[in-house]
Amino acid sequence: MVFSGLAERLQETFKKLRGKGRLTEEDVDQALKEVRRALIGADVNFLVVKDFIAKVKERAIGSDVLQSLTPAQQVVKIVHDELAELMGGTNSKIELAPSPPTVIMMVGLHGAGKTTTTAKLANLLRRQGRRPMLVAADIYRPAAIKQLQVLGGQLNMPVFSMGDSVAPPDIARAAVDKAKRDGNDLVIIDTAGRLHIDEELMAELRRIVDTVHPDEILLVVDSMTGQDAVNVAKTFNEMLSLTGVILTKLDGDTRGGAALSVKAVTGCPIKFIGMGEKLDALEQFHPERMADRILGMGDVLTLIEKAQANFDAEQVEKLNKRIRSMEFTLDDFVQQIHQVKKMGPLDQILGMIPGLGNLKKLKNLEFDEKELVFVEAIINSMTPWERQNPQEINGSRRKRIARGSGTSVQDVNRLLKQFEQTRKMMRQVMDMEKNMKKGKLGKNPFGFGKKGSPF
Amino acid sequence: MGFFGKLKESLTKTRKNFVEKVEAIVTGRKIIDESLYEELEETLIQADVGIDTALELVENLRAEVKKRKIGNPEELPAVLKELIQQALGEETGGIETGAEQPFVIMVVGVNGVGKTTTIGKLANFYKEQGKSVIMGAADTFRAAAIDQLEIWADRVGVQVIKHTEGSDPAAVAFDSLHAAKARKADVLIIDTAGRLHTKSNLMDELKKVRRVIGRELPGAPHEILLVVDATTGQNAISQAKLFKEAVDVTGLALTKLDGTAKGGVVVAVRQSLGIPIKMIGVGEGIDDLRPFNAKEFVDALFAKSDKTEVQAV
Repeated sequence: MVFSGLAERLQETFKKLRGKGRLTEEDVDQALKEVRRALIGADVNFLVVKDFIAKVKERAIGSDVLQSLTPAQQVVKIVHDELAELMGGTNSKIELAPSPPTVIMMVGLHGAGKTTTTAKLANLLRRQGRRPMLVAADIYRPAAIKQLQVLGGQLNMPVFSMGDSVAPPDIARAAVDKAKRDGNDLVIIDTAGRLHIDEELMAELRRIVDTVHPDEILLVVDSMTGQDAVNVAKTFNEMLSLTGVILTKLDGDTRGGAALSVKAVTGCPIKFIGMGEKLDALEQFHPERMADRILGMGDVLTLIEKAQANFDAEQVEKLNKRIRSMEFTLDDFVQQIHQVKKMGPLDQILGMIPGLGNLKKLKNLEFDEKELVFVEAIINSMTPWERQNPQEINGSRRKRIARGSGTSVQDVNRLLKQFEQTRKMMRQVMDMEKNMKKGKLGKNPFGFGKKGSPF
Repeated sequence: MGFFGKLKESLTKTRKNFVEKVEAIVTGRKIIDESLYEELEETLIQADVGIDTALELVENLRAEVKKRKIGNPEELPAVLKELIQQALGEETGGIETGAEQPFVIMVVGVNGVGKTTTIGKLANFYKEQGKSVIMGAADTFRAAAIDQLEIWADRVGVQVIKHTEGSDPAAVAFDSLHAAKARKADVLIIDTAGRLHTKSNLMDELKKVRRVIGRELPGAPHEILLVVDATTGQNAISQAKLFKEAVDVTGLALTKLDGTAKGGVVVAVRQSLGIPIKMIGVGEGIDDLRPFNAKEFVDALFAKSDKTEVQAV
């Protein structure tokens, strides 16, 4: 789960704060020390952290936090706001040239993921109506050209290459000319990865810029990068004046502190994030959501968006009604499983649910998607009447169901128990909702969320 | 310039930097105080050692100072270096190919750390020792990964066993192993696709590759090398942990140390997981992979990178 480590630590800190009614200045200091620790642990650059902490403290102490009735929440809010601000506004737009083609140049260190990201970006922009051409200007790394050609082939997109003996600036110029002739309104240039201290290669990048004047120069940064991220970003920015940043490999468990570092040093917006190996796994960057995640508030917005994209609204409404009227049956349970499965890997989804991201138990809990298949099989082996009246399923029925679904009676027992628990929990949620005026999760259609139970 | 020339050159710079840094920290100080400890701690953090390890090291430093009754600030960095070297373990780096024939090395890691390049350099390393080497192209996922390995094989002058893109990596490993046996190769190096350690299905695939190798040649793979990019931060700990759990990594190769990146996280990896560092890559040349030496590495950790000014945006 992205950022879960940082989220855990901050929540731990704020739990300590929440215990008290009012905060003293020392309390804030203590909390901020933990924040600092967590941020450095998340690979945010040391100097960025210093700056950040100073800012938060200033706001925390300068404002009415200490007099406020809910100081902990106030501090959380300040940290959250500052984090979001540090990571910048939402800006996933690519600047289009007044007269086509728009030229985008991809730069970055070795192994950051430039070539893959080049293909992903082209794929994304094509879906927005552009006609991209990929340009293989990495003439140094063995088989880099071939890699781009293969990816271009997978996407059915033209890839421009002049082999590995023509200078990259000349390749870039020829590519732009060809794009004009062929009517491609977007040119994405994949450049060679480099070590940023390599002045010769940096000068070559500079020459590409001077030759084709790209509309966008995007720095591709591995989100697992540590303290060095600031040096990388700074050098590239000074040499090339970056227009944006793309963070890659965020689908791992990195806490992604590099996002904060890079933004702080370059001031460039983080435009996209790479979330997987497939060529459509490039997403918009949302600083607010990232901050939410960091603070363990869960990525509610992404979750809702995913849900909206995959849920049948009518079904959800029906389900909600049933939950409300306590008519939730095993039929609904199966339906729910189907819906949830459509949304993607279960552990990713659970990580987005507020309050679940930090459950220690969950961390060790393996979510075996295959188990869902068993659950389905068990329920499908019940008669419609049994599904409506699970409490009526007696011993011999259980035996029959187990045989029918190829499971054991114990499995059936467990499922029925879990289902009962889910129902109970729903009842509790309903009660809670009544007490709250407007709960953030008021429309949460998910039955799971109970500690230790994946259902 | 020969290998040692290059090494010397990079280390001269390192030493110079180190001396300067030390001087900057201790100059004008008469006593060992809190701010001195703090600066040493910051140096460690900036080298990606990680906050917990940094704190622990500085804590140990305090204890040593007390124990040895050190009063001169100028002695501190040397003691700290000693402590880090201890943390890195006594064993020397490098991978000795033993009596086994073929000696099988399986190379694993997340995406983009430099696995294929490391394999090319490693093959060259053994070739120069007069050993016969075969490479197994079991990265069948990434576009053109096989081509990349083949180019390296041509450069070094060794053979590659390959299938087509998208084929089963375990099958490639199987064939490579049989080819290496039949051709009586001394060393077999197997490339695998980069994968994020959190993707359990991909880690399962890796386990299978390992299982197949072990089944076909008991005792193999003799070395499972996890390649870690020196620019990686604290995530490297999680990488090492999960790769170790999956395939029982036996050593680390630290790559891309030729930038400003320090790769200090390997100290934490060594300490928390006990995985020794075996090789380090210090440049882009084919000769630029060498056995790890704790002393040189610690020198580099303390080298000062340019002070980066961070302005608030």
